Amino acid sequence: MNFWRLPTIRADAFAVWRRNILVWRKLIGPAILMNFGEPILYLLGLGFGLGHFVGEMDGMPYLAFLASGIIASSAMTTATFEGMYSVYTRMDPQHTYEAMMATPLEVDDILVGEMIWCGTKSLFSGIAILAVATLLGVVDGWQALWVLPVVFLIGLCFGGMAMVMSAFATNYDFFNYYFVLAITPMFILSGVFYPVDSLPELAQGAVQLLPLTHAVAMTRPLVAGGELTMPLLHIGVLLLYGGLGFYISVVLVRKRLLV
Amino acid sequence: MGLQPVVSAQGLVKTFGSHRAVDGIDFDIPRGSCFGFLGPNGAGKTTTLKMVLGLSPQMAGSLQVYGLQVPDKARQVRARTGVVPQADNLDPDFTVIENLRTYATYFGLNPSAIEDRLERLLEFAALEKRRDSKTDALSGGMKRRLIIARALINEPEMVVLDEPTTGLDPQARHIIWSRLNELKEQGTTLLLTTHYMEEAERLCDELVIMDNGRILDQGSPDTLVHRHVEPEVIELRGEKTRGYAESAEKHGCRVERLGSSLYCYTNDSGAFINELREIHGLTFMHRPTGLEDVFLKLTGRELRD
Repeated sequence: MNFWRLPTIRADAFAVWRRNILVWRKLIGPAILMNFGEPILYLLGLGFGLGHFVGEMDGMPYLAFLASGIIASSAMTTATFEGMYSVYTRMDPQHTYEAMMATPLEVDDILVGEMIWCGTKSLFSGIAILAVATLLGVVDGWQALWVLPVVFLIGLCFGGMAMVMSAFATNYDFFNYYFVLAITPMFILSGVFYPVDSLPELAQGAVQLLPLTHAVAMTRPLVAGGELTMPLLHIGVLLLYGGLGFYISVVLVRKRLLV
Repeated sequence: MGLQPVVSAQGLVKTFGSHRAVDGIDFDIPRGSCFGFLGPNGAGKTTTLKMVLGLSPQMAGSLQVYGLQVPDKARQVRARTGVVPQADNLDPDFTVIENLRTYATYFGLNPSAIEDRLERLLEFAALEKRRDSKTDALSGGMKRRLIIARALINEPEMVVLDEPTTGLDPQARHIIWSRLNELKEQGTTLLLTTHYMEEAERLCDELVIMDNGRILDQGSPDTLVHRHVEPEVIELRGEKTRGYAESAEKHGCRVERLGSSLYCYTNDSGAFINELREIHGLTFMHRPTGLEDVFLKLTGRELRD
């Protein structure tokens, strides 16, 4: 068997996505609390608290600056949690994938379904933050709705990357490495809280390699207004990270489960 | 077509590092039969089942299921096969009926179009009253029955069962056996692994005895018993048995020792039994031989870990 062959994308994957959304519906209370609660805390706490001292940032109220960045970082963390803790739980302790693989579903279908589900959860989080930001009056206009397909794409990207970690993991503690070494630095450095051009020059170049930088570069002008520059570059970077993550995770999960 | 075996395997090999889990096995499974793999832990039984499903690609040899090459056509094979895994892998986020519905979608089936079938399966599993229970609330026997019902959702031609009754109490085990017999009567081919002799004797038309990745022998339970062991055995137990080996051999018995027990295999037990009856305080048991004796003879009596 060739573990390295390119993944096949089939409509069968929707059975996996459907399973996840049915489970999500059962736990909708805590899910919605998570979607609204966390961004509201950030926006009110930091936006009003810090915003009082900061005033404007990059030519816009700090609350608008923050909201348009948080929508990207929340998409990242939502998809990352789903792609790691949830995917790993279904793959290892819960044996859900084993049950699925006794049917015509293959590893490729399962991970396509999971990745689309990561995008879907990021989309839910994006809708919640956009609603809160609109109520706070920091959304620039109807063009902000374009941010929704973008957060879906951000979810695909970070979901794909997180699944690589799941494929390597032998326990939950392993995920701490990825959080401390990848997710938290991106959260701090990628322009969510301040513009990246305020970083030292060397660091500015480095953060351009991070997918969250490109995610924020799209969500900020779409939500808070301003010119969206080089959208194809940003989309390309997210697709590249997500696509590579997906391919690597498919190969690793094949090696892990087809023994 | 009817005479073509459901599964046909030639020279299957699977190694994990230097360990040869399956070491060149051949077998054919006739349609409508119950075919068993009997062997100690680590014999290669589960690996063989996974190979049949295309979930553990073989390193050498050829394998056809329903005339399709595996693993190349494994998706088509699995679409027509039911699987009962060794460990419980029901979906704990769903109720009994939701487990069946969701599993149907993995086969591309629309659950609302097969409501009748789902009801029949609930009845088959005797779980009508537990349809809305979470699976965590089910007993071990109920979970097994649900897993078997789940394996029938695609109306499979063959059901593959990996140690279907391990860990169940006798009542639960008997219900499972009767359900499996019903399936067999309906013409479903059954492929099962077990290390329970009783299970193999009750269910299997044909079985292979496996050890260390090889097939030691194949046949119906009766054939195997006749081929390998004498019709009767006398088991002597306790510390006093030591001295009787010689006497048993004098009576023409083939003697085997396991711990402090002595097993005397014989074609004619009469004279030896009469002699034993004279001795006070000696515990012995006289019984017809069965698969267990064949199994122990072929795979040895050492402990397996």
